[in-house]
Amino acid sequence: MLKLKNIDVFYGKIHAIKHVSLHVDEGSIVALIGANGAGKSTLLRTISGLHRSEQGSVIFSESDITRKAPEEIVRLGISHVPERGHVFKPMTVEDNLLLGAYHRSARSGRSAVRDEMEHVYTIFPVLGQRRRQLAGTLSGGEQQMLAIGRALMAKPRMLLLDEPSMGLAPLIVREILGMIAQLRKTLGLTVLLVEQNARSALRIADSGYVLETGRVLVQGTAEDLLANRDVQRAYLGRDAE
Amino acid sequence: MTVFLQFLFSGLTVGSVYALIGMGFNIIYNATSIINLAQGEFVVIGGLLMWFFLESCNVPFFAAIGLSILSAGLIGLIMERLTIRPLRTNDLLVMTMVTIAVSIVMRGLLMFKFGKEPYSYAAFTEGDPLVIGGAVIQLQTFWVLGITAACILGLYAFFNLTMVGKAMRACSFDPTAASLVGIPVSRMIMFSFILSAVVGAVGGAAITPISLMEYDKGPMLAVKGFCAAIMGGLGRGRGAIVGGLTIGILESMTAGYLHSGLKDAVALVILLAILFFRPAGMFGNTTMQRLKGH
Ligand SMILES: Nc1ncnc2c1ncn2[C@@H]1O[C@H](COP(=O)(O)OP(=O)(O)OP(=O)(O)O)[C@@H](O)[C@H]1O
Ligand SMILES: [Mg+2]
Repeated sequence: MLKLKNIDVFYGKIHAIKHVSLHVDEGSIVALIGANGAGKSTLLRTISGLHRSEQGSVIFSESDITRKAPEEIVRLGISHVPERGHVFKPMTVEDNLLLGAYHRSARSGRSAVRDEMEHVYTIFPVLGQRRRQLAGTLSGGEQQMLAIGRALMAKPRMLLLDEPSMGLAPLIVREILGMIAQLRKTLGLTVLLVEQNARSALRIADSGYVLETGRVLVQGTAEDLLANRDVQRAYLGRDAE
Repeated sequence: MTVFLQFLFSGLTVGSVYALIGMGFNIIYNATSIINLAQGEFVVIGGLLMWFFLESCNVPFFAAIGLSILSAGLIGLIMERLTIRPLRTNDLLVMTMVTIAVSIVMRGLLMFKFGKEPYSYAAFTEGDPLVIGGAVIQLQTFWVLGITAACILGLYAFFNLTMVGKAMRACSFDPTAASLVGIPVSRMIMFSFILSAVVGAVGGAAITPISLMEYDKGPMLAVKGFCAAIMGGLGRGRGAIVGGLTIGILESMTAGYLHSGLKDAVALVILLAILFFRPAGMFGNTTMQRLKGH
């Protein structure tokens, strides 16, 4: 479904992503793990068009999206939930969700958008209870749910999730990751998931990539990575039970 | 008391225009963080174009209003396409300087076309002035107040009830997230220039029968509108309204009770005082600022 071939990304002179290739099968969850500054967010930003790669190509279900703008890429079916959610804080929960459907609001009409919104409220009942509340006054976990809900409003085929559990209590982390596994099952979504909680992420993932200073260090199925000694030592130590 | 009422009404009238200019500043500021110093020229353009269509082309009144609004919107669009869009720099100082350059060019063109003399045309409706508490109020005053109120309500509805308006606000809060949900951010910036030009031009068209319009009124109007926007806390619509009316009234009182030469100093004194004592504006609402991440 998604293929990255030899991607190189720079910030000025900083070579943030070095010849990264990666692929995500349709309907799978792929975990992207790595230390702070490894380039995980940069890679997601490159896929969603926020950042341009210097070289290489990004192919999404047969079409080349390497040079496309973010607003075109959402239209093609990739929704990116950025690090820390980036909800529209001074706007209500409802308006945030409504704007999630911006690119298809003209075509699919009000009632379809309403239906989708009710669907998001059944997935995240907390949001339904707080539809008139300003997004900035939601708790961290609720904002994260809103960010995911807003991304779902675009009716994506693929979700890019950047640390949806950042700064959240373990119980809520489990809840959100469970939700992601559930979304894959019910909606058939394909997911590329960046996580610091490597173990929890690999538990719901089919396969994974380990990124280190801009390079792919290891890749493999989720079980292989969980069993891999180097990966265990470097990335699974912290949240080992 | 009669004199006071007279000053109050004339203050509210000019204040309305300052409020419209202040809102114009806010619209562009919210979309781009640029202070558009050509904002005053939009007002002048509104007045002079209205004169041009009414008196020079003899177009009927409503058509003249429509054409003036349309032309002003087009001018805002051209300004954005020719200067803001191609530059695409993040240096706000440079962008703000560019708007000064644009204002100078606009003034040059206006002088070229209209010369240096002041222009005016008949009030929107004929009729005797109203006498309220002894004060004589021209009918055009009510037009100015009514049009300002309509603009305020219209903008409020646009930004809060329509999808495009909400999308424009979303861009101002978080451009990254906006583009990720599929909002074309650069088109929203273009809309903000069009909207801002139209709001300014409407103010100009309404005030010209009362206070005349000439090619070089822009900078002074911009200073006062900017002061109105700052008083309300830059970026907040309601603030600019209160700010604009306050400046208008204070100016009118100063001119009436002290000396008419001091009138233009009022806005500058207020501006300096705010910059010294309350940089967040008089009505600085800190929670909102925090939510916006300022
Ligand atoms: N806007 C930027 N300008 C310059 N350098 C940047 C910028 N954004 C990221 N970088 C650099 O690129 C590298 C990769 O950053 P990135 O944010 O992708 O890391 P990450 O893997 O997401 O880290 P984290 O786990 O902390 O979120 C880092 O060295 C970072 O300093
Ligand atoms: Mg990151």
